[in-house]
Amino acid sequence: MTDVTSQAPSPAQSGPAQSLGFYAIWAVCILGVILLPLIFTSGGSHTTFSLIGIAIIFALSYNILLGQTGLLSFGHAVYYGLGGFLAVHGMNAIVAHELPVPLPFVPLIGGFAGLVFALVIGWVSTQRAGTVFAMISLGVGELVASSSLILRSFFGGEAGITTNRTDLPTIFGLSFGPQIQVYYLIAFWLVISAIGMYALTRTPLGRMCNAVRDNPERVQFIGYDPHVVRYLAFCFAGFFAGIAGALAAINFEIANAAYLGAVQSGVVLFAAFIGGVSYFFGPILGAIVVTMLQLELADITSVWQLYFGIIFIGIVMFAPGGIASLLMMHRPLLRAGTLPMVLPSYLIAIVPTLLFACGVILGIEVLGAYSQGSADSTTIRLFRIPFEAASPMTWLAAVVLTIGGFFVARMTWRGIAGAWDRAAMAARERGYLS
Amino acid sequence: MLELIVISTLNGVLFGMLLFLLSSGLTVIFSMMGVLNFAHASFYMLGAFFGYQLTKWIGFWPALIFAPLLVSLIGMAVERYGLRQTHKHGHVAELLLTFGLAFAIEQVVQMIWGKLPMDYRVPAILDFPAFTIFSTNYPAYKMFMLLISVAIFIALLVTLKRTRVGLIVQAALTHPNMVAHLGHNVGRVFMLVFGVGTALAAVAGVIAGPALVTQSDMAALLGPILFVVIVVGGLGSLPGAFVASLLIGLIQTFAVSMNGSLASLFGPLDPSIGPSLLTDIWNVTIAQIAPILPYVLLVLVLIVRPMGLMGTRES
Repeated sequence: MTDVTSQAPSPAQSGPAQSLGFYAIWAVCILGVILLPLIFTSGGSHTTFSLIGIAIIFALSYNILLGQTGLLSFGHAVYYGLGGFLAVHGMNAIVAHELPVPLPFVPLIGGFAGLVFALVIGWVSTQRAGTVFAMISLGVGELVASSSLILRSFFGGEAGITTNRTDLPTIFGLSFGPQIQVYYLIAFWLVISAIGMYALTRTPLGRMCNAVRDNPERVQFIGYDPHVVRYLAFCFAGFFAGIAGALAAINFEIANAAYLGAVQSGVVLFAAFIGGVSYFFGPILGAIVVTMLQLELADITSVWQLYFGIIFIGIVMFAPGGIASLLMMHRPLLRAGTLPMVLPSYLIAIVPTLLFACGVILGIEVLGAYSQGSADSTTIRLFRIPFEAASPMTWLAAVVLTIGGFFVARMTWRGIAGAWDRAAMAARERGYLS
Repeated sequence: MLELIVISTLNGVLFGMLLFLLSSGLTVIFSMMGVLNFAHASFYMLGAFFGYQLTKWIGFWPALIFAPLLVSLIGMAVERYGLRQTHKHGHVAELLLTFGLAFAIEQVVQMIWGKLPMDYRVPAILDFPAFTIFSTNYPAYKMFMLLISVAIFIALLVTLKRTRVGLIVQAALTHPNMVAHLGHNVGRVFMLVFGVGTALAAVAGVIAGPALVTQSDMAALLGPILFVVIVVGGLGSLPGAFVASLLIGLIQTFAVSMNGSLASLFGPLDPSIGPSLLTDIWNVTIAQIAPILPYVLLVLVLIVRPMGLMGTRES
């Protein structure tokens, strides 16, 4: 079960230049988090940034399981959702009893809720890794999601439970009414959690997690219990997922059954995997991409989830390391200076590949419009060009583009592979690639 | 009471046999390839929708033949061009491929047929009460479903136990490398088994479509229960899948028809307590918790007997 994630990054070499670069990357990221909402000042973009921030924490917490420890979970949303529900109940209790707890501390309630449930559920489910763990996580996920509709007084049934974040005691004069304030609250917790989770990968526990992922038998030989290591990783993942859930509850001022459902668990799996589980920053990329896709594609097309699925299948089949791996592949070539050998083949490949993609998109949209559209709405617009869904010419165009594009594109992909081999060879000769 | 028991037993066995049509394919595929096929329930859904569409075009009986054939072609294509390509990236990638596929198939079905239930009717020739028991008419179509499931079960058993093909499949379940060394084309065996497995799922879809609801969420509803069945039965064990299918079919059917709750057993709670978690638990009926019973069973079995009822290996 561990082949995907076997190429973990080697421990950072401790040269002064490298550690400087390392801190520079973190500093640039944190600066970006602070400055972005000042550059994009519309309310819509603040909402988008808030959602992305929450998604990043959630995806990173998921990667403690999948990337770090090799545990494929289909029910991670349970801890996210329970964290959200407990946070909402906590906020309502704070308001009702006039407790002196300001809003910025509420995510801790969610985090500890996630931790407690992970402590309880984790002991049983982490006894085995692999398929059994995946099945248990699926079962527990369904169990909690179904229970949420039965235990109405706690989960609020289908409507969920609402709260009002502005009723809480203020701190530094911040009411957390405007979205920008909520964004900075999320950004604060995002930075703390990201640093915490990165630090976790550098601790002996983080290293043992990698060892358990790669070879649990040898871990036993040197005297560790893989079950305990998996359990600890599971608890940390639950804690950070709870923080993400609480932030979501603060952002939307509601917690409902959708928080802990299978869809939420699937989305975080998509995000982590599309981004790439073998690098720490992979899930961050994935969370950004997936959230943007969710928000943007939904405006353009009604079948956006299908594209989502196709992208995921494409990543699983052709780039199982995710976007992060695709990017990091180029690093040794860049260092060796052989990257220009590959670039022309990319430029050649991009045209037929785009044509192929257009053919697939046209086919999907035409099929969708044809089978669902009423008589007057069979005209679809693709890149502002109108297409008549019922006309055979459109169908023909879609088929020709898809099939023709695929075969031409496949030739150019082989060109890339060839150019890549030559570039890698040259890099190896210069000593940059082992 | 007796009426309830007889009718529920009939319905439970029927549901259990339907589950077995699905779980048998899933189990054999898992044993041979080590892949838990997340999309298996999606092939069942495709079977139901193809069955509906073909019934509209060419009638129910041809649909019963052609819909599974079509679905098995899709299944074999998935194995040949999807799973086999992904195999080199490991089991997680294969599992995730089928996960993405299940997602995509649901979206395609939604795109083509919409989200509303289909008007998939029982064929007129089977639309009569088979017998009357305790003043309840038992529909002939359900007996037909039971008949088909049992017939396929027997055919499967005979094929696996009495034919050469079955011998190879059985051998490949436990010793795939040895089978390959003996000169069998294991890749083709895998593809055929995948095709047969998806065809069985599609048959279940075609015959269950009119009786249950043919809708784009039917795969998402049945899929997790299917996993419960094969984990409870023991991963890779066909007899285990059979027992677990019947067990879960019976449990769910009986639970749905029971109305008891803690409140009806011990009397209502003091109304002064007010709504709380306790009142929720006190007043919930067995019928209401029926959907979560399979998962409770799953968690219990995994705690007490992690290899499942009849499994031999742990993962």
